[in-house]
Amino acid sequence: MKFLSARRRNPIVALFLLVAALGLTGISYSVVTTAKPAEAAMGSQTQVEEGKKLYLEGCSSCHGMDAEGTLNGPTLIGAGAAAVHFQVATGRMPLAAPGAQAVAKDPIYNVDEIAAMSAYIASLAPGPAIPTAEDLSYEGADQAKGGELFRINCAQCHQAAGGGGALTQGKYAPSLMSATPQEIYEAMVTGPQSMPVFSNETLPISEKQEITAYIMALQDAPSPGGLALGRLGPVVEGLFMWVAVFTALIAAAVWIGIKAR
Amino acid sequence: MSNPTVNTNSLGDSETKAGDPIEKIGGATATYVDQRLGSNRFLGRNLGKVFPDHWSFMLGEIALYSFIVVLLTGTYLTLFYNPSMAEVIYDGSYVPLKGVHMSDAYASTLNISFDVRGGLLIRQMHHWAALIFVAAVAVHMFRVFFTGAFRKPREFNWIVGVALTALALGAGFTGYSLPDDLLSGTGLQIIRGILQSIPLVGTWAAFLVFGGEFPGDDIIPRLYSAHILLIPGLILALITVHLMMVWTQKHTQFPGPGRTNDNVVGYPLLPVYMAKAGGFFFVVFGIIALIGGLVTINPIWIFGPYTPDQVTAGTQPDWYIGWLDGALRLMPNWESVIFGFTFSWNVLIPSVIIPGILFTGLALYPFLEAWATGDKREHNLLDRPRNAPVRTGIGVMAIVFYGILWIGGGNDIVATAFDLSINSLSWTLRIMLIIAPPIAFVITKRICLGLQRRDRDKLLHGYESGRVLRLPHGEFIEVHLPLNEKELAVISGKEDLRVLPAPAKADPDGVKNKMYPVQNLRHKLSVFFLGDNIEKPSQAEIDAGQAHAAHGAELEAPLHEYELLDQDPVGHGGVLHHPGMAKTNQEQIDQRQ
Repeated sequence: MKFLSARRRNPIVALFLLVAALGLTGISYSVVTTAKPAEAAMGSQTQVEEGKKLYLEGCSSCHGMDAEGTLNGPTLIGAGAAAVHFQVATGRMPLAAPGAQAVAKDPIYNVDEIAAMSAYIASLAPGPAIPTAEDLSYEGADQAKGGELFRINCAQCHQAAGGGGALTQGKYAPSLMSATPQEIYEAMVTGPQSMPVFSNETLPISEKQEITAYIMALQDAPSPGGLALGRLGPVVEGLFMWVAVFTALIAAAVWIGIKAR
Repeated sequence: MSNPTVNTNSLGDSETKAGDPIEKIGGATATYVDQRLGSNRFLGRNLGKVFPDHWSFMLGEIALYSFIVVLLTGTYLTLFYNPSMAEVIYDGSYVPLKGVHMSDAYASTLNISFDVRGGLLIRQMHHWAALIFVAAVAVHMFRVFFTGAFRKPREFNWIVGVALTALALGAGFTGYSLPDDLLSGTGLQIIRGILQSIPLVGTWAAFLVFGGEFPGDDIIPRLYSAHILLIPGLILALITVHLMMVWTQKHTQFPGPGRTNDNVVGYPLLPVYMAKAGGFFFVVFGIIALIGGLVTINPIWIFGPYTPDQVTAGTQPDWYIGWLDGALRLMPNWESVIFGFTFSWNVLIPSVIIPGILFTGLALYPFLEAWATGDKREHNLLDRPRNAPVRTGIGVMAIVFYGILWIGGGNDIVATAFDLSINSLSWTLRIMLIIAPPIAFVITKRICLGLQRRDRDKLLHGYESGRVLRLPHGEFIEVHLPLNEKELAVISGKEDLRVLPAPAKADPDGVKNKMYPVQNLRHKLSVFFLGDNIEKPSQAEIDAGQAHAAHGAELEAPLHEYELLDQDPVGHGGVLHHPGMAKTNQEQIDQRQ
């Protein structure tokens, strides 16, 4: 003990403590976040009751007292836990304002509350369940094959680089550059907003994992050519050329022209 | 720096000073070459050729230099690119595509990007330089149009320029299609649709170009020979013609002191322009190399290989084709069947008829304007854009029309970037396409006429100095000063053209004038072109105006006023000069001492 107490005021200790605290937070965070979906899928009775209470407070004005749907919102019977988790955890629900489509924002409910609401909706009728950690594991999945699947199924709305694109009447396919594997999976099985459903019959879980692997690779991809310009393609490249490059060239021409006088 | 010289095309005395070893060697070399090629006379005649100076005359140089960069980098790319549509399985170093089936063209472009040393840098330089090339061609064309440099005797060179513009678009588009990635294949699919929309022969034309059904195996090799041989060869040939015409016809110049329609004021080719043009080449090259190294362009590995069953959101052509894509996107979906033939107006009008009209109009414009204004004189002095309000208005109108189509070409990107509905954006652009160009024309013309009025005021009264004086009787005036030599020459360089007289329906003997409708149209057009011009004052009026301004400039706030105020409070504004008083402040100061 003497060894420790003699050195406890050493400046390096603060660094040790910081690293230890960060490590502990990180480990416990990862335990909490990976454990949750599995827990939520089970849905204990107290969770369902808690979820119903939250539902009545926050959702029933549009979706109806028994989730049967109203003129302002669709029925949630059969929507499944995955749909609830996707919509609420990405902050799309509850809706901030009526508009062309729900906009992603910081979630209003915490992890436990979302799990409770998911359990409640899942208890009404069977629907897509929250994916297990096994469903989401994309390690070893073939990202090249995922790329092909992505271009066949996703790129026409989400753009080949996953940057998102315009749909009709102000709707849009969002960027996938900050989507998590769970959100990607849930969006595919529930088909939120304008998106079609890619059920596990049409797109098996293994292929979903390949697509996820490709999107994750896109998110982490370095830009070998330099500044990426948002990877939005020729429109942004043209804008950059005119605004930055051509202005510089004209400035050089003016400079050389002035030198003459 | 040497002084500007009036066109004297001689190299001067080339006798060498005896004893200077460098000049001795140089002279000996020149003699050696001259005895074999007879080059001294040619060089002596041409190296001293005088060029006028203005920054806007260098826009064409940007086009030339970026074209040279395109040629150099393109040559490097041909060493590694394989124009084949044969299917291969990718096994290069880009992991997310490993094992994917693709064409050899796409695989070799991936290899250039990831496995060839310096390949990505050269590819990006090639592509950026191509974008800059077309932009420089366009801006150079604006300069020529707005200054009236296309007028007699340079109409043919204007047509060569229009042809070069079309070829530049062709060069760009064929190059865009070569990597065979998802974007370029989608572009080719649209080209096929455009070909098919041509009435009667469309389907056969598409088969002819693609060698059968789309995409087939032939299109990439065919585009390749067009891209690296046919089109660049034509561009090089036409650039040569373009420059030779400039050389023999001499460059135009803006009006200024000592500049007339019959001379060229500027600096000689050697050494001044050699140094400037050479330096500017390296500036252009350097900027292209810099962005080629720092900024991504066309990351084909992200778009993936082309297969006809795939398409990506945000598919766009490069900027110079964007206006055609925009025209296609904005066109309402019209189609009709006449005698069993389908006419796809929704494709035919925006992608064949509109560009056809625009390019034909562009090529014929010099002749139309000359006919309408009756201007048959040679012009070596440029117009200031304000002095041809209708031409400037037409140019701005065309740019606005083009710009709206261009925005339309990126309507999905604009919609997502600014949170708009793509439907309402498209409708807004459709309406603007019809009403915005005429509004732009009227506004531009009014601005030009306003500037002409201001020029006239400057000639008649000098310029406003900003110095305000109070006169003895209390009136405030702003002192006007005479223009300096340069401004006077620039402003009074304006040329006034007269409106063509109205034709008579019949001559005095009552014989009907058969040409009346044509002549009347011409008369009306000349009224349209010239009717609102503000006439330049006569030389006598200008001289009088400038002399008056010079007199006004002598007015000064007198010192008397403050000293005599206690003794002589006559009037309320003090006095300027009493008889016998010193007139200027300097005289008063001298008097006191």
